[in-house]
Amino acid sequence: MLNRYPLWKNCLLIFLTILGFVYAVPNLFSEQPVVQISPVAAAGADMAALNTKVQQIMKTEQLYSIGQTNDKQTIILRFPNTDIQFKAKDILSSALGNDYTVAVNLLSSEPEWMKMIGAIPMKLGLDLRGGVHFSLEVDLRSVVAQYMQGLVKSIKEDLQQANVHYTKLIPTEEGNQLRFLFCDKRSLDEAQHLLARQFPEFAFKVAQVVDSQSYQLILQHTEQGLMLLQQSAINQTINTLRNRINELGIAEPIVQQQGRNRIVVDLPGVQDIARAQQILGGTATIAFRLVDVIHNPYVAESSHIIPANLALYHYQGRPVLLSKQVILTGNSITDASTNFDESGRSTVNIRLGGGGESYFHRVTGDNIGKPLAIVYIETKATTKMVHGKAIYIPHQVERVINIAIIQTALPPNFQVTGLSNVQESLNLSLLLRAGALPAPIYVVEQRTIGPQLGAENIRKGSLSILVGFILAVVFMAIYYRVFGLIADVALAINVVLLVALLSLLGMTLTLPGMAGIVLTVGMAVDANVLIFERIREELRNGVSVQASIHAGYDRALATIVDANVTTLIAALVLFGIGTGAIKGFAITLTLGLLTSMLTGVMLTRAMVNAWYGGRTLKHLPIGM
Amino acid sequence: MEFFKKQTHIDFLGLKRWAMSLSLLLLLISAISLLTNGLRWGLDFTGGSQLQISFNHSVALSQLRQQLQQAGLKDILVQSYGTSRDLLISFAVQQIGQRDLDAKILKALPGAQLKQVEYIGPQVGHELTTQGALAVFIALLGIMIYVALRFEYRFAIGAAVALIHDPILILGIFSLFHIEFNLTALAAILAVIGYSLNDTIVIFDRIRENFRKLRKKSAAEVVNLSINQTLSRTIMTSATTLFVVLSLYIFGGEMIHSFALALVIGIIIGTYSSIYVAGALAVALGLDRSNFLKAAKEVDPRP
Repeated sequence: MLNRYPLWKNCLLIFLTILGFVYAVPNLFSEQPVVQISPVAAAGADMAALNTKVQQIMKTEQLYSIGQTNDKQTIILRFPNTDIQFKAKDILSSALGNDYTVAVNLLSSEPEWMKMIGAIPMKLGLDLRGGVHFSLEVDLRSVVAQYMQGLVKSIKEDLQQANVHYTKLIPTEEGNQLRFLFCDKRSLDEAQHLLARQFPEFAFKVAQVVDSQSYQLILQHTEQGLMLLQQSAINQTINTLRNRINELGIAEPIVQQQGRNRIVVDLPGVQDIARAQQILGGTATIAFRLVDVIHNPYVAESSHIIPANLALYHYQGRPVLLSKQVILTGNSITDASTNFDESGRSTVNIRLGGGGESYFHRVTGDNIGKPLAIVYIETKATTKMVHGKAIYIPHQVERVINIAIIQTALPPNFQVTGLSNVQESLNLSLLLRAGALPAPIYVVEQRTIGPQLGAENIRKGSLSILVGFILAVVFMAIYYRVFGLIADVALAINVVLLVALLSLLGMTLTLPGMAGIVLTVGMAVDANVLIFERIREELRNGVSVQASIHAGYDRALATIVDANVTTLIAALVLFGIGTGAIKGFAITLTLGLLTSMLTGVMLTRAMVNAWYGGRTLKHLPIGM
Repeated sequence: MEFFKKQTHIDFLGLKRWAMSLSLLLLLISAISLLTNGLRWGLDFTGGSQLQISFNHSVALSQLRQQLQQAGLKDILVQSYGTSRDLLISFAVQQIGQRDLDAKILKALPGAQLKQVEYIGPQVGHELTTQGALAVFIALLGIMIYVALRFEYRFAIGAAVALIHDPILILGIFSLFHIEFNLTALAAILAVIGYSLNDTIVIFDRIRENFRKLRKKSAAEVVNLSINQTLSRTIMTSATTLFVVLSLYIFGGEMIHSFALALVIGIIIGTYSSIYVAGALAVALGLDRSNFLKAAKEVDPRP
């Protein structure tokens, strides 16, 4: 029988349509402004106490939430609008202090079961939600320069200690080559031996060039090593930035690397742009200080008398006295990674390289058996409510993150042991890296969009999609009658499928993305026009109804594929060179073309077959 | 309902002299405008800052400019943006920190609400320009190769000329009317290239089919017939897409204005170029039936 689809095809199409609806529907649920409160120190937090405290604060300040959910680690409060949401955030943040993170977010009000199957609404881009976008460039050259400087210091110290004398050190222009001149071959060999042993992981190429008067040792940093170094600098910067952004209390920020030396930061829903800039520019660092074992910290705490040259801190709930003198700063730490020692316990490997290693070595050698503390110093900004307005005060916060007993005089690469579990060592190495040498960063691009503009853009975008859609639908129905209506149904399902795909892929919807959807609507019609015109032509030529339908679909398919492939090529090029919003447009266009081919050809055929297939007909209501 | 109840028999190729002169004229105007007027490059390409602010009441631009000058802010471009209450303030990359500039401007204009700020560093702007040009070039190349593979090299050349012809005219109109050309407008041009080719491919497809079917007609007649046969489809699709894109232009708001405009112009010009430029050029290059016979690949191009 001509023009009959097998059952499996029809079932498949119905199934896909239903699936499409299920995954597209979440976009219809409105978003609710929420405030999320979670403790900074994950382990051992008393959620019940936090809950009571929060309730108390809300009552005193007359804040009423329209709902509250208590998760394992988070308390989520829902508010009717963003004004109250921000007010609540400021009040709670200033009242709860630095031990808790108070963040604002927009959560969908969809039912739980939808979330469980992965049906979530599309995220809204900055131009639809409002917020800040930064494009930061990392000065990799200065990273390499600083690193080489530190290296030179280290090497000099090492050579001096080993009593190997060099006559001259010549750094070259590019900064990735070091040349040492020695007076005799023996020194040169010794130096090469020593340095090759000290810096094996650094992939140095040690070469010997024998000059007329002196012996030259060239240390060449390999390309690979340099790239690793630069990449590690970028990773560190990204980590630092992420930590910084947590201060702002923004949920769902985006911090990503873009290209070789750029970092893109997207902060949706940020209202105070000045603060965002301030926070991103801040730095954090690490200091190593000796723990004082002579005085009793408990006495010092209760009596408030702290001996000279000492400062009182807390570590794991106990008071502890630290020497004010800093033995080593974070500038000297070039890397920190997690590892396991022989007995399988987790440790943190710290590598020093910025200079100051020999001093550190000496001091630790003099203090074997005594505890050493690592202090994390951050520049934070706290919220204070002054006369009902929120003002932000930057200050430095110091926190002891680790105390360990010095076992030996510490060399440039050493291990920190005695950590309770893997999580702790991961945290420590992260903190060490985050506080370590941040590369200088410059803002190369910044876009700020106010939230009202965002809402306006959503409205305008939706309106244009709707109007465009209605126009196409009406036109098709008038021109092609019943077949036009069939094409319209397919068009509607096309949009649904497209939205479902975009939601499923976790795409962010931007204004150009919406424009892409609009364009797809226009182009989706094309496939159907091709088919219907062909059917009309066959009918005009006197071909039978069933054969016309068959011929129409048959002949048009190759043309449709050809034509769509060329638009796909353009979309792929856009995807390749574009960033952010343009990429979104390209993806929407590509996916739209694919879904339009599916619905325009297969779906309409199924409907046409179901309605007109397999019967003998004289006329076809195709508008002729 | 049908626009074309009976098969049309318009002698498209016969009018090709007129069409070519029209095209050349438009191209010339565009080229002259681009060279003298230049394009109004958007922020994405030049670098600099752009603030979008709005007031609660209508504002007089001259007064605002005065206020800004009094505050010591020179070389700033102030334009209205959409309504009489919205403004666009742009300036090139400055030495002063961007943060300060925002604050300064807002202070100099009391009652202003900041809606959107954009700052693009000069390197990024430069990069985008080169990347944009590269993208257009690669797209054209990719499409030419595809068409040459699927059809025939004469078609590829015809298609390529049509595809270069379209963006130049779009840019010409942007230049003539001093409309801002930003990154999204560039994206629109790429979309138009793909879309315009859509039409051209459909016609090519029909030409190929007709060459195989109608053995007695000359090349010009076959091409003419093909265009006539596909005319209703071409007009219909272009019309529907045009409606849709017009709705974007009217309702989409200022932000995608350039984008929508580029699309509208592109679709109109693209349809025209598909009908004329591609087919006519192929014939002029000596398209012949023998090109479509399955065996022959290497054929003497002279008719």
